[in-house]
Amino acid sequence: MSLRVGIDIGSTTVKVVVLDEDDRLLFRSYERHFSKTRERTVETLRSIRSMLQGQEIKLVITGSAGLGVAKAAGLDFVQEVYATAAAVNTYIPDTDAVIELGGEDAKIIFFGGALEERMNGSCAGGTGAFIDQMATLMNVSVNELDELSLKHEKIYPIASRCGVFAKSDIQPILNQGGRKEDVAASIFQAVVDQTVAGLTQGRELKGKIVFLGGPLHFLMGLRQRFVETLQLDGEHAIFPEDGDCFAAMGAALCSGDYEARPFEELLKLLEESRGAVSSVDTMPPLFDTREEYDAFLARHNASTPPAVDAACYTGDAYLGIDAGSTTTKIALIAPDGGLLYTYYHSNQGNPVAIVREQLGEIYKLCGERITIKGSAVTGYGEDLIKNAFSCDLGLVETVAHYKAAAHFNPQVDFIIDIGGQDMKCFKIRGGAVDSIMLNEACSSGCGSFIETFAKALGYSIADFAKIGLFAKKPVNLGSRCTVFMNSSVKQAQKDGASVEDISAGLSISIVKNAVYKVIRAASADDLGKHIVVQGGTFYNDAVLRAFEQELGRNVTRPTISGIMGAFGAALAARDLKLERSSLLSETALQSFSHTAKPLTCNGCTNHCALTVNTFDGGRRFISGNRCSKPLGKEKQELPDLYAYKYKKLRAMEGKGSGDGSRGRVGIPFGLNMYENLPFWFELFTRLNFEVVLSPESSRKLYIKGQRTIPSDTVCYPAKLLHGHLEALVEAGVDAIFYPCMSYNFDEKVSDNCYNCPVVAYYPELLAANMPSLKKTRFLNPYVGLHRPKDYEKIGSKWFEETFGIPKKEAVAAIRAAYAAYDAYKADIRATGEAYIRQARAEGRPIIVMAGRPYHIDPEINHGINDLVTSFGFVLVSEDAVSHLVGYAPRKVLNQWTFQARMYNAARYVCTQEDMQLIQLVSFGCGTDAITGDEVRAILEQGGKLYTQLKIDDISNLGAVKIRVRSLMAAMDERRRTNG
Amino acid sequence: MAELVYDKDGRLLFTKEMKQEYTILMPQMLPIHFGMFRQILELEGYKVDMLNTSHRGIIDEGLKYVHNDTCYPALLVIGQLIDAIKNGGYDPHKVALFITQTGGGCRASNYIHLLRKALQKAGLEYVPVISVNLSGLEKNPGFSLTLGLIRRLIYGMMYGDLIMNVSNQVRPYEINRGDTDAMVERWEQQLIDGFQQGKGMSRKQMKAIFRRICADFETIPVTGEEKVRVGVVGEIYIKFSSLGNNKLEEFLLAEGAEPVVPGLTDFMIFKIFNREVDVDIYGGLWAKKKVCRIFKRYIEHCQQDMIDALNESRFRAPGTFEGMHKLVQGYLGDGNKMGEGWLLTGEMLELIHSGVPNIVCAQPFGCLPNHIVGKGMVRRLKDDYPNSNIVAIDYDPGATKINQENRIKLMLANAKALARQAEPSAH
Repeated sequence: MSLRVGIDIGSTTVKVVVLDEDDRLLFRSYERHFSKTRERTVETLRSIRSMLQGQEIKLVITGSAGLGVAKAAGLDFVQEVYATAAAVNTYIPDTDAVIELGGEDAKIIFFGGALEERMNGSCAGGTGAFIDQMATLMNVSVNELDELSLKHEKIYPIASRCGVFAKSDIQPILNQGGRKEDVAASIFQAVVDQTVAGLTQGRELKGKIVFLGGPLHFLMGLRQRFVETLQLDGEHAIFPEDGDCFAAMGAALCSGDYEARPFEELLKLLEESRGAVSSVDTMPPLFDTREEYDAFLARHNASTPPAVDAACYTGDAYLGIDAGSTTTKIALIAPDGGLLYTYYHSNQGNPVAIVREQLGEIYKLCGERITIKGSAVTGYGEDLIKNAFSCDLGLVETVAHYKAAAHFNPQVDFIIDIGGQDMKCFKIRGGAVDSIMLNEACSSGCGSFIETFAKALGYSIADFAKIGLFAKKPVNLGSRCTVFMNSSVKQAQKDGASVEDISAGLSISIVKNAVYKVIRAASADDLGKHIVVQGGTFYNDAVLRAFEQELGRNVTRPTISGIMGAFGAALAARDLKLERSSLLSETALQSFSHTAKPLTCNGCTNHCALTVNTFDGGRRFISGNRCSKPLGKEKQELPDLYAYKYKKLRAMEGKGSGDGSRGRVGIPFGLNMYENLPFWFELFTRLNFEVVLSPESSRKLYIKGQRTIPSDTVCYPAKLLHGHLEALVEAGVDAIFYPCMSYNFDEKVSDNCYNCPVVAYYPELLAANMPSLKKTRFLNPYVGLHRPKDYEKIGSKWFEETFGIPKKEAVAAIRAAYAAYDAYKADIRATGEAYIRQARAEGRPIIVMAGRPYHIDPEINHGINDLVTSFGFVLVSEDAVSHLVGYAPRKVLNQWTFQARMYNAARYVCTQEDMQLIQLVSFGCGTDAITGDEVRAILEQGGKLYTQLKIDDISNLGAVKIRVRSLMAAMDERRRTNG
Repeated sequence: MAELVYDKDGRLLFTKEMKQEYTILMPQMLPIHFGMFRQILELEGYKVDMLNTSHRGIIDEGLKYVHNDTCYPALLVIGQLIDAIKNGGYDPHKVALFITQTGGGCRASNYIHLLRKALQKAGLEYVPVISVNLSGLEKNPGFSLTLGLIRRLIYGMMYGDLIMNVSNQVRPYEINRGDTDAMVERWEQQLIDGFQQGKGMSRKQMKAIFRRICADFETIPVTGEEKVRVGVVGEIYIKFSSLGNNKLEEFLLAEGAEPVVPGLTDFMIFKIFNREVDVDIYGGLWAKKKVCRIFKRYIEHCQQDMIDALNESRFRAPGTFEGMHKLVQGYLGDGNKMGEGWLLTGEMLELIHSGVPNIVCAQPFGCLPNHIVGKGMVRRLKDDYPNSNIVAIDYDPGATKINQENRIKLMLANAKALARQAEPSAH
């Protein structure tokens, strides 16, 4: 029998193995290919020429990038998961399941019973490439990351949905002083959670599990997380010695089906094959000529601060610090704005150390000549830095940026800032911030993406940008998110696009993402006449040019575009007109020390992950909190209808007015039950059932049901239901009642009264995916509460058939249930009115928090309501005001009960001077793609600000804070100009 | 030039004058069916153009004018229409747009509104949009779905389903490449010529034509080889439209598989059946139910004619709507009606029962009903039918073809492995 060669060409590496007739490994290699897949493969084959020369061998290719190579060379190909299964069958025959992580793919194989093989879906980039990205973010190598993780003390919850989300979670932890060791382990935990949640899809991971693929082969910390999470012992967690090459070995094993050919012939086929010329999707170049570029540069370089000679300047100065998510920016200015000192650098996960070092430099520069009379700080790390160095003022980023932009163009009416992590856009009208658009998770991380990518290709970000300027055919890389861009880049590379074209394509993609996803603009007129662009990403001339091209309008980019936040902060410090700055003095700085310790607050159910920062002299600063409790202060109790509703609903369990003699009925406390529970509670207790509610939602409860979730892109509120039902089964209730409802109550303010498809039919999904429901009586009938008369008939019949309850009794109970529901609604409305009255009496602004009923769940809203009231707002929910205006035709089909309330609430808010609306949106909520635009349109027409908060299983409260504070600043500004 | 007339809510109407002067643009979802619809509408005196464009510009226009988190089909259809108005060589003041409106709790019912919003954003608010629906939504003086027209469109759909069905069964096996497509074209023309002379538009004539179509496709010389049959189900647009599913059928053919694509007829019956069911489970007018039932029966009879014709030929016939409805009992309730509702699961079950356990379930990224009736049912199907081999593929402006194809390839490799695993037990 001939030798068999298996080649696995993945997204980042090439693995080559040679097997003898006894399936023994004669040769193996594992190498990165840097997108040169064919060349790398040929090289490796040449290196083992002596072993294969003159022989007839069998050669089979596998792997995600192998397909193209095999096709072009006319060689045999086998799908990689299939190959892996073959290898495991041969080498570790009694395996129950395989988990394999690759550069971009995650795979799972179940043996035993029916073979099941699965790969991650399109929205689950959390794999090898994800780990690489995270390591870059933390400025360590992947090996260092691994070593760090082994020394962890705690695990932070980090969104595992995809790299983009995780990044937004990690950055604030780092910025608030979280330990790198803990973050490293948390990153690995996120990978584990993603794999378990995304791939098992209802099938249990048990028995002997084999772990394969590069990351699991090399990273001990990652192994540890898997083993601990799945609670495996040494016998059941197998990490084969050649786990990184199993797919290649499988390919070799599969070669039995194919014909043997001389080695030289095969090598020649590979050497001579040229990638099939597939059409790369291209766009027009950024610049056609050098002259064009020069004119462009000259135009932009004109916007620059007044010149000042720092070496001999004597007088007052003002310090501005922008502690951004990935970079720290510092500006020291003279009273006229002239720059005395600037700094722009990656904060390398430790902004405190950077600021300390820079302050030292600044004091050195100042000497006796310059006196710092004011200091202000802005950005993600605002609180931390302000406390650490006793700055005079902390201000929200948006305000800082506006101050800076107005310095260069007082007429500015639109500002867009693209930083490492965030995009911020806001309109200015009449000297006040008018509407703010901040990116959401799916479009975050664009700035740092280019940087990570440039580094991976061995370029500095500046050089990488430069080579794109004159690219002839920029590639179209899409604009959804960086995960998708990443795989588009890989595809473009395979299709032979040059680095130049990719560089230009990336710049254009980022701009498209900003314009179409964040700003949602179709033309330049949607933005404004005087557009100022800033943020580190706009230093990139390619991005700037792409932006102007996309809009068809010239914009202003100040020469200090990267430090505008710091510059604005410095201007704000100047405007404080202080006699003396409270900034740490040069002497105090010498004895400065800082340590950070993670801690979980147990003050309430939010269980905030706190970071306790201790500075010299016992000064402390706690971050990560949502309320003031951990700070030792009493929680400020401002009227909060979310909290009120939640308490009221949570109390609806037990026997009520009945005697509970008919048994215990479990009701999951989730989704539409947040609206319908008052109805069902009354109905069941009247019929003498005891109502058992599932426990309050928590991350732990979510994890309990996580492995039975079949679709990882469904919203978090729906995913939580799996845990709720598990808990009810454990509670041993006699039956679980969770009806299917295409329709909800008809409130006569919309064209129809549907639920969304997920709310409507989730009970059926649970029935099909949760094996434990077989242990109980799961009742999920279709009910239509929107037709009370009909429901009396249909419902009473159902209760007769299901429980043998006399029809008359059921009819009476149904009537009582409708009355109870009406009473509940009336109470919410009355309480809302009372809260509004109280707010007005005390002169407090009011926020209408508009979401779905289930957004009052603290696990879903992550305590955003606490955060809002802590800023001095009174909070009411959308259903407390939506009845105050009647039906009105809408530009969209207004067909969902819950969503219709938001339109009405928005219309009502427009009529009230002291109210603003914040819309809560769950990630993955399809209907909110429609409602978001519509609510925004209603509010903007009514002269109100639109603020949307997108929430998922993890929420980055830092970003929420920025939004809420920007809103507050905008409200203040308006009050000032109007009043 | 036709005057712009608005109704009381400010909706731009398609007037009788416009019917004379305007060209109506229609997005394409199924080339055979929609081609037929176009001809039938032209016979009614409308000027209709079907859009067959598929370049990248469509997606760009869509991204520009539609909220990026909206479903991919909305983005494509709206992008295609706007691209055509801008770049299709039409006088924008002399075009109108067709868009279907199904009604129901899915986002898809909002397409028409999103299209109007998009037109406004693009400065094309003067372009009238005509809703094509069976619910009596949005009437227009210049366009009416008369009973006669509905009947003819149903016939068009039946012919489309049959031709699609038989051509899918022949194309993978044809000895002379192109025979099947030539036959499809020939029959399209033949049917259209017939329509013009008023032929083929009675049930009796249709039955006869069904048989002739089967007979003609049987004459195409084929190899006797066996190929893996792969079912294609999913969200209606992504399932059918090659623009939406990155030419899925072509890919399957190239991979040596025979695509099995359940037709449009069941979806139509399903939508009518939903109305009937609503009355059953929530209460409502008895008369409404009656009307629905008559309408449904009629289409079911036509479907039966098609099945009979296929059964008499060498081709495999699909099951009936009722048969599928029976299969889905115990999986999903009749009330599950948004989007493709229980029909999608029903189609998967029917495929599995007819020897096609290998299935691609194609949906737009983040499709709400599909969380339940597509991905949500795969586990249960795998438990009940261990040989079922279903891969769910998401489509989206940013998803790369290579990732999609790799997953389909995995499904195809599984198909072989499962067939091998099943062999010993079969003997």
